[in-house]
Amino acid sequence: MSQTIHVTVNGAAREAEVEPRMLLVDFLRQTLSLTGTHVGCDTSQCGACTVHVDGVSVKACTMFAVQADGSAITTIEGLAGDGALHPLQAAFREEHGLQCGFCTPGMIMAAADLLARNPSSSEGEIRHALEGNYCRCTGYHNIVKAIQNAAGQMS
Amino acid sequence: MTPYAFEYTRASSVDEALALLDGHDNAKLLAGGHSLIPAMKLRLSNPSMLIDVSGISELAQITASETAVHVGALATHRAVETSEIVQAKCGVLAEAAGGIGDPQVRNKGTIGGSLAHADPAADYPALVLALNAAIKVAGPSGTHLIPAHDFFLNLFKTALQDGEIITEVIFPALSARSGAAYAKFSNPASKYAVVGVAAWVEVDEHGMCTGARVGVTGAASHAFRASNVAFDLSGKHLTAETIAAAVAGMADAHEMLNDLSASSEYRAHLCSVMAQRALTEAAARAMG
Amino acid sequence: MSDYIGTSVKRVEDQRFITGRGRYTDDIVLPNMTYACFVRSPYAHARINGIDTEEARNRPGVVAVFTGQDIVDDGINPIPTGWQIGEDMKEPPHHTLAVDKVRHVGDGVAVVIAETKAAAQDAAEHVHIEYEPLPAVADMNEALADGAPLVHDDAPNNVSFHWELGDKAAADAALAAAHHITTYEIVNQRLIPNAIEPRAVIGDHNVATDDLTLYTSSQNPHLIRLLLCAFVTGLPEHKVRVISPDVGGGFGSKIFHYPEEVFCAWATRKIGRPVKWTAERSESFVTDAQGRDHLTTAEMGFDADGKIVGLRVDTAANMGAYLSTFAGGIPTWLYGTLLAGQYTTPAIYVHTQGIFTNTVPVDALRGAGRPEATFLLERLMDLAAKEMGRDPAGLRRMNFIQPDQFPYDTPVVLQYDSGNYEAALDKALDILDYDAFRQQQQQARAEGRLIGIGFSTYIEACGIAPSAVAGAIGARAGLYDSGMLRVHPTGKVQVYTGVHSHGQGHETTFAQLVAHHLQIPMEDVELVHGDTAQIPFGMGTYGSRSLAVGGSAIYRALEKVLGKARKIAAYKLEAAEEDLEYVGGQFTVKGTDRSVSFGDIALTAYVPHDYPIEELEPGLEFNAFYDPKNFTFPFGTHICVVEVDPDTGEVEILRYVAVDDVGEVINPMIVDGQVHGGIAHGIGQALFEGAVYDEDGQLLTGTFMDYTIPRAADLPMFEVDRTVTPCPHNPLGVKGAGETGTIASTPAVVNAVCDAVGARDIQMPMTSERVWRAIHAARSSGDGQA
Repeated sequence: MSQTIHVTVNGAAREAEVEPRMLLVDFLRQTLSLTGTHVGCDTSQCGACTVHVDGVSVKACTMFAVQADGSAITTIEGLAGDGALHPLQAAFREEHGLQCGFCTPGMIMAAADLLARNPSSSEGEIRHALEGNYCRCTGYHNIVKAIQNAAGQMS
Repeated sequence: MTPYAFEYTRASSVDEALALLDGHDNAKLLAGGHSLIPAMKLRLSNPSMLIDVSGISELAQITASETAVHVGALATHRAVETSEIVQAKCGVLAEAAGGIGDPQVRNKGTIGGSLAHADPAADYPALVLALNAAIKVAGPSGTHLIPAHDFFLNLFKTALQDGEIITEVIFPALSARSGAAYAKFSNPASKYAVVGVAAWVEVDEHGMCTGARVGVTGAASHAFRASNVAFDLSGKHLTAETIAAAVAGMADAHEMLNDLSASSEYRAHLCSVMAQRALTEAAARAMG
Repeated sequence: MSDYIGTSVKRVEDQRFITGRGRYTDDIVLPNMTYACFVRSPYAHARINGIDTEEARNRPGVVAVFTGQDIVDDGINPIPTGWQIGEDMKEPPHHTLAVDKVRHVGDGVAVVIAETKAAAQDAAEHVHIEYEPLPAVADMNEALADGAPLVHDDAPNNVSFHWELGDKAAADAALAAAHHITTYEIVNQRLIPNAIEPRAVIGDHNVATDDLTLYTSSQNPHLIRLLLCAFVTGLPEHKVRVISPDVGGGFGSKIFHYPEEVFCAWATRKIGRPVKWTAERSESFVTDAQGRDHLTTAEMGFDADGKIVGLRVDTAANMGAYLSTFAGGIPTWLYGTLLAGQYTTPAIYVHTQGIFTNTVPVDALRGAGRPEATFLLERLMDLAAKEMGRDPAGLRRMNFIQPDQFPYDTPVVLQYDSGNYEAALDKALDILDYDAFRQQQQQARAEGRLIGIGFSTYIEACGIAPSAVAGAIGARAGLYDSGMLRVHPTGKVQVYTGVHSHGQGHETTFAQLVAHHLQIPMEDVELVHGDTAQIPFGMGTYGSRSLAVGGSAIYRALEKVLGKARKIAAYKLEAAEEDLEYVGGQFTVKGTDRSVSFGDIALTAYVPHDYPIEELEPGLEFNAFYDPKNFTFPFGTHICVVEVDPDTGEVEILRYVAVDDVGEVINPMIVDGQVHGGIAHGIGQALFEGAVYDEDGQLLTGTFMDYTIPRAADLPMFEVDRTVTPCPHNPLGVKGAGETGTIASTPAVVNAVCDAVGARDIQMPMTSERVWRAIHAARSSGDGQA
């Protein structure tokens, strides 16, 4: 029952045979070996699987790969351009916005979407925009600072 | 878990979607997928075919006429939240959409999908009831409109028949001297509404209430109109006192859901609190 | 060269995490790998009358299906517990897969191994198990009642152990004579750890060499290897390699030796292919060891001046269905010994019993016993202050152990080595501006706003632990650690540590430590952790021990390296060792400009031509094992300010101030981060989290839809500061900072909400409904606020 899908992932055109029931996150992790996108829950809440599909943040665990046929996907591996870190990546390091790193790719992708929509978010807006991303390590304090730092760099 | 296997196809028009639905037993429409896919991952929902309608672009439009805002069934929550048309003509809808789930969910979830799924704690049903929206449905026997008060029947059950698809939701534009607001008390875990109250009021040139509707979600097995509250306010000035009196005891604890997130008694209390907040804000908007 | 100690160096490990190139266990793919799906009991208690695997074995993609009997038939032993509490402790067997009975929802019964995870999950539904449901007990009081269903036939009344500490006669006498007694009954509710990375294991048997490699998301790979080999499977240790790769958070839940580890280690040898298991989140909810779950009654007695005269505590601690790896030690030695707190309480008695119930096993969770002790003490102090009409800060202050009383022998075994509790309290009060706050509170109350403040002045014991002490109190392992320094011929250094970083930033902090003392750039130092094939035996990371014990081991190794380097330098410079000084990475003959660099010494050690070969071996590499002399005793003051919505009971944290003394600090940024995360956990317990089982042992809070963990919008920015009282007994002067936030915070939040609302007590988690009900109870009973 496989289908052929064509997706652009991190700028590269990819073609693959997938079962319709294969989740996008599993397609990325297993078929494309892009293991930077993580699975942290099974109720579409934790956000560790957040990627960008056609420019907006999406939970890759709540999409099937076949739904992405014809779409452009950006994962954490594709965020940096030309080898330089994206300002958010640099800011997360600068502000110690990560500890174990497991929520970090999803957190950065969600933050990238936030800053694209609202480049001058307040602290409250940042915290609310992270409603779909859990962190168990940092208490979010430095994550907020990292996003504020990146917003400053990007403005 | 991985869902059970299914076939996947895309429909590029409403007619094609209807034909596919008609031609396959146990097929389901897939829009944003953020109600359906979680259920499939729990293996609670096991369609043998998914008909992806998300590419039917005419269903994603948001347009305005003189008197109404037409929200295409495939408009994402984020599209509704950020639509200038919605913000101008029916601002409460944009505000409520902005509180659904989280940003990632809002990028995919659609109003049509949400209404068809009819989760008793979803936000849109309260808005649909308070704003007296109409749900436009296409089916094998043509299109028809289902008024808000006929739409929500029971837990996860609507007036939508098998083989039908929601195409748009029509919200009357807010007239001058009317105002609407939505107050939601969220479940801290799921972020669904423990109680969500949408209030719409209309006043005359003397500030007297000529119309009110209160839609409540999250509190019972399906969204409902608190007609007693609306009735109480009719013909009165909307003050802190009249609002407080109208909402006091508005919900019968016996009819409230009782679960881990809130007892019936607390839910009934929250109905009054959220109704008070929604009505207060709606009144301010109507008179401002 | 920078002075690395005390500098907030940005983390070395971040590069791979921010670019999505971390290597967590589920990321690892091995050739010919298979996937395991566990079939788990839906019942809390049931007899297994039959398992039919025939149909499942014939499903597409299935490689094998195994049951508990298969494992027992192969001579695999039950998984042991690692802590003996009392001689009569009941330690029923915990099999890798249940054999005759299932004892909690989630108890594994069979495993399907298939070519893909989906195929395994599909086939798992075709394993047919004949269950005979039995009455279950989930509640401890019910479990203790006469005639209660027995979780284990050989544990009467469902009691695993009784334990006591202190002087009962003295405590009884003190309370009998007390001027005032404050009593408190607590449910310290069960928590579910929920690190964001679900547990994962890969067993990989090399058929050609008969070596086994086990990848596991563990906080302590050596401990897993020891338990797996010596106690459970009998596999020879030298043929087993355990690797903890990148691990996405542990908080204690990834310490324990789990059935899935045994299974994958065993199954890969049966089928000759790698076997991978990764938990679904809902599976984590019923398999990861859970935390806390105490029922406690306590009485604290005071004299007329407000000095504490005695404390008596009785605790029932839920063990769940089986004794997990550290289980018995948590509500006993890691709890009772902290019941003096920061206070000069002269008489203390505590009794704990460990109770079996048909629930998921319970074990250490961030703080492990110390949060439970601190919660009890700090709630008692606030309750007592209100009852006696005293200021809560003042009541604490007057009972503090004073700086000139150290080393201080508590009545509960521990000797505190050092401390200055008033300094931390004063600093916290100052940051908050306490006097101004009380004024604001009065004004707010006049306006009908409910604002409250809560204190927590805590001490904890960590940096576990001196081996002899550990042994004396029933731990079945020593608690030293290892640190090995390998200097390469070109002067680059690898550091091998027996502790493991799963968020704590050791790759940075330990490199700072080594680079600082060797006076070489940090870029020349790399930490190796998490691999038993590369690292001498270590006990892993938990109990805030990494720097205090692991770091001290590294320090001892540094001393050996520098000692030998000095000898080589003395030879090369033809000077006496005592005439050399080591500055800027160079050994220099004092008063001259003759010097030799660390790099030159390293090269010389490995190319020992012009070398004192009669006295010194070639090479420059040393290992050290460090056994701590004592626990370490971080302490501090946390203050929480909340506002409560009187209509809904919702709690908003307005301010959170933390002043902690963790001794010397190597990387302030990392320590602050640990404090932030710890506080978030403690706030989680106070306001949001709580596992709920129904009377049939069904876990009602089985997903994130019902179990709330804090999100960004639930928490404030934290105001964090420090006092520094170096630990006097380890060479680094450090105490450990990983758990202080959790230990201190929960009572601070509960105290604040009770203060805001005027309630004596509110059950945790203080959901908005519970707070709302407390507001109404307070109003109708006319309880004023203090």
